[in-house]
Amino acid sequence: MLAHILQNLPQVLIDGLTLGVVYAVVAIGYTMVYGILELINFAHGDVFMTGAFIGAIVLFLLMGMGFLSAMPALIVFLIVIVIAAIATGMLGVGIERVAYRPLRRKNAPKLIALITSIGISFVLEDAVRFIAELKTGNYIVTAPSMFNHKFNVDVHSVIPFFNNATFQASFLLVLIVTVVMLVSLDLFVNKTKWGMAMRAVAQDRDTASLMTINVNRVISVTFFIGSALGGATGVLFMIQYGTIDPYIGFILGIKAFTAAVLGGIGNIRGAMFGGVMLGLLEMFAAANLSVITHGAMGAEYKDVFAFIILILVLIFKPEGLFGKAVVEKV
Amino acid sequence: MNFKKIIPLLAVVVLLLGVIGGCSSKSGGSNGKTVIEIGSQSPLSGGSATLGDAIRLGAELAIDDQKAAFAKKGFTIKLNYVDDQGDPKKGVANAQILASDKDVLALVGHLNSGVAIPSSEVYEKNNLPMVSPATTATDVTDRGLKTVNRICARDDFQGPAGANYAVKTLKAKKIFVIQDKTAYGSGLADQFRKQAKKLGAEIVGYEGITVGEKDFNGVLSQAMTKKPDLIYFGGVYAEGGLIIKQARQKGFNGPIMGGDGLDSSSTVQIAGDAVKGVYLTSVAGDVTKTEKGQEFAKKYKDKFDKNVESYSAYGYDAAGVILKGLMNAINDNDGKKPSREQVEKAIRAVQDYDGVTTKVSFDDKGDNKFAKVYIYNFEQAKYPPVQKAEISQ
Repeated sequence: MLAHILQNLPQVLIDGLTLGVVYAVVAIGYTMVYGILELINFAHGDVFMTGAFIGAIVLFLLMGMGFLSAMPALIVFLIVIVIAAIATGMLGVGIERVAYRPLRRKNAPKLIALITSIGISFVLEDAVRFIAELKTGNYIVTAPSMFNHKFNVDVHSVIPFFNNATFQASFLLVLIVTVVMLVSLDLFVNKTKWGMAMRAVAQDRDTASLMTINVNRVISVTFFIGSALGGATGVLFMIQYGTIDPYIGFILGIKAFTAAVLGGIGNIRGAMFGGVMLGLLEMFAAANLSVITHGAMGAEYKDVFAFIILILVLIFKPEGLFGKAVVEKV
Repeated sequence: MNFKKIIPLLAVVVLLLGVIGGCSSKSGGSNGKTVIEIGSQSPLSGGSATLGDAIRLGAELAIDDQKAAFAKKGFTIKLNYVDDQGDPKKGVANAQILASDKDVLALVGHLNSGVAIPSSEVYEKNNLPMVSPATTATDVTDRGLKTVNRICARDDFQGPAGANYAVKTLKAKKIFVIQDKTAYGSGLADQFRKQAKKLGAEIVGYEGITVGEKDFNGVLSQAMTKKPDLIYFGGVYAEGGLIIKQARQKGFNGPIMGGDGLDSSSTVQIAGDAVKGVYLTSVAGDVTKTEKGQEFAKKYKDKFDKNVESYSAYGYDAAGVILKGLMNAINDNDGKKPSREQVEKAIRAVQDYDGVTTKVSFDDKGDNKFAKVYIYNFEQAKYPPVQKAEISQ
């Protein structure tokens, strides 16, 4: 049994990391908004999905104009991801303006904002579905395959009881881009003036506004950054898995939210860690669960396994893994 | 009025306009003729819209073709199609609506067994006969309902036929089975596994996945350590295409086999080049093989500007069987509009109907005696795949 798990390990780590970094970046969107507004923005998963679709549209447009053959794929990819990130960033700011700010101004209970976010999530799903279906009547969109060069990691010859692992060039891309995003966000929050303003608003909104911080603008910036990161991750998701549909944001959003809770909601580094951990756990369970339980539970129970771990963590550390280690909330 | 009030207002106005636009009124214009409607239920939106739409268009073509014959008898026939979204709840709700419409005398549908089974309970209560072009689960007809018929083969024929081919022709000794936990997917995978075991193949794994997910690397990693000769997938193309693609990325070069859920151009679209070497069993034959079929494909392309899908011809033949039964019922009723009970009996009684893709004779359960299973192989990354074998009961 142990031998089987070990053999698999390199491949499981690679696949788990891919999924994990995607969860991590989406989780940041949840955690940032929660840190500042104490609002769980359930629409965030669908902002991620919208990003994937915007990316697909831009990619198809560029392809139609012949850019894909004329330019290196990497440049096309950068154009796509930047456009998608800016568009979803604006979308996030727009959602905040239209749906959340009026509620906040009227001092509505937090529950109302939560329900509103669920409503926005449905609106986004169906709006995207409607647009995607217009042309073919089929809302599953398949992106042109890019970065599908295959790499073989020869772990076997170094450490004999591991099996060899394979990954695609897109895995490297996902990993590098997300790490760049995570590091720059961390620097932004901790080292810049805007970052300091965000942390101040997170700690005490009223006092921050007395210190000449424009609270509404800080909130807008937070939504912009969170949504732009989510949208960019959507593009990465599209490139990694090739196929998207309007409902990818739902399951993924819930899992990313879970990751944020696991890391301690409101804490950015916690969300990163929680995301990667959840991705690894899930992939580990999918690959090994039936071996561990001798076939009693198959791979279909991977989510149950991941969530049992989550519950166990929360029983012993209700504030999440990083909840107390860092005092500030953003 | 300020900006932030205008936006919600606009949203509401647009929404209302949409609703009003959607409710276009039913036009009359039957020229004093009696209207008979044939219902149709299949998923027109959602993951399997490609297949569902093919069924609807096939049925529409059949009705167009025979309009004149019915007009002579003083009837206007119309297709009344609704979208079941591949969702059992929606299917049952639609079934209630269709059943309460007295003009609807028969129905073409469904695509999904999971939708057909609960919906047919409603049809049975209302004596509304249904002819399904595509539902393969055994339970669809095994409940012995008077109204339920199908022109395609059953899963306890399709699954074993696939297993026979996998073990005998492809010489697979170690098989890894993945299923999508739906009535269709797990039913088919179970039938496949049973027969493959009987033939002496070793089932090295039997795993489930969740419909709607995109990452199946975990299950496939597990499959790869078992080193199977063949991977079998019971499910539909949305997940199947991705499983094919991700398995090839993991370096699995052996054959991958699936059921009729993979029989769609979308499989190729999703899996891309990886689809080479994929085998599938389908209850739908390749229409372009016969002269009659080619003619049908051409007519279909002319009318709808779409290529035929696997189930287009089955939609056509299902509607054809209904129309034949209906015509017989009209004749037996001295040229007057028959009741649903009469149509129901007339459809079940149809013998040796010669359609574009299959002959139809119903047995006493409503299964088609002439239903066949076909084995296909994607030799190139294009649809349709190449037909390898044809298996009769």
